[in-house]
Amino acid sequence: MGDATSEQEILRAPLTIGYDFQRTTGPVIGAFFTALREHRMLGIRDKAGRVVCPPVEYDPGTGEPLTEMVEVGTEGTVTTWSWVSNLRDGQPLDVPHAMALVQLDGADTAMLHAVDAGSPDNIGSGSRVRVRWRDESVGGIRDIVCFEPIEGGDHG
Amino acid sequence: MAESDMEDRSTSTMPGGLWTQPSVSVPDIGDGEVIQRITEPASLHYSYTPGRAPTRFLRGLAEGKLLGGRAEGHDAVYPGSRGMDPVAARPTVESVEVGPDATVTAFCIVHIGFGEKAPPTPFVSALILPDGAAASMYGTVLGIPYEEVRIGMRVRPVWVPEEELGLTSENITHWEPTGEPDVPAEQLKGHM
Repeated sequence: MGDATSEQEILRAPLTIGYDFQRTTGPVIGAFFTALREHRMLGIRDKAGRVVCPPVEYDPGTGEPLTEMVEVGTEGTVTTWSWVSNLRDGQPLDVPHAMALVQLDGADTAMLHAVDAGSPDNIGSGSRVRVRWRDESVGGIRDIVCFEPIEGGDHG
Repeated sequence: MAESDMEDRSTSTMPGGLWTQPSVSVPDIGDGEVIQRITEPASLHYSYTPGRAPTRFLRGLAEGKLLGGRAEGHDAVYPGSRGMDPVAARPTVESVEVGPDATVTAFCIVHIGFGEKAPPTPFVSALILPDGAAASMYGTVLGIPYEEVRIGMRVRPVWVPEEELGLTSENITHWEPTGEPDVPAEQLKGHM
């Protein structure tokens, strides 16, 4: 047999290599996820007294373990944002949306998430937003579908 | 932090719990089970182009044949060749049919299967040397209790139904014993 196939059509096929990683959460992230399942948000108080949300396990400044978790609001304020018009696989929403830093009420830091604002005209720094929860929450970060604007909220 | 506050909350699986975190005070978030473990899927999506030699192998599989590659002027036939004879360091320009009967040259018993098509565990994943080939290829051995699989055991491929044959190694669902006498291990030297 000769090398006849070199003149034939080049083969090409999609190939997906994937694994389901099992991870332990630890007490801080575990409590955060457990609260998400109950549609509630937790932060953690750092050594300077600020509430960090999402919670971290160690102080951002000193590296000491943090132990005091506190509940924060499920509504918050957009501090900064950008508009995503070119969608890619794996993004939180399948329609154009904002990626924004949202400072939840009672927290001193902001979390990055998608805001389903419909149009860049409907969002700005200072916009009020609330969590849109997944219908069947399981205790994980994907219990937060995205944030959505609160009607009548302030615009920056 | 006082010693008494450093209550041991070992989350490490290492001996003695090398990694500990102090206990955490949490607002009342109900009586439900506390999340301790999550599953995080991670995947990469490729567009795969097999190249000339694996393309020949795949076209052979689509016809229900096991093809190997042989370098000009050399005897060794490598099944599913990547295009080179790794001993002669020459391109494998010639396609040669091998097998389909084959010999188990090495195996392991798999206790943690993953992937949608993984057989029930435990099962045997083996290196299988098709007759006429110089090197082994991977395969799953079924049709025999896993503890009875051995080096030198004779096996044959089990193919998907002819109408399902395609350009894929999944054409061979698994290998099963032929019932022939084992090949003595000495004859497998150099072919593992």
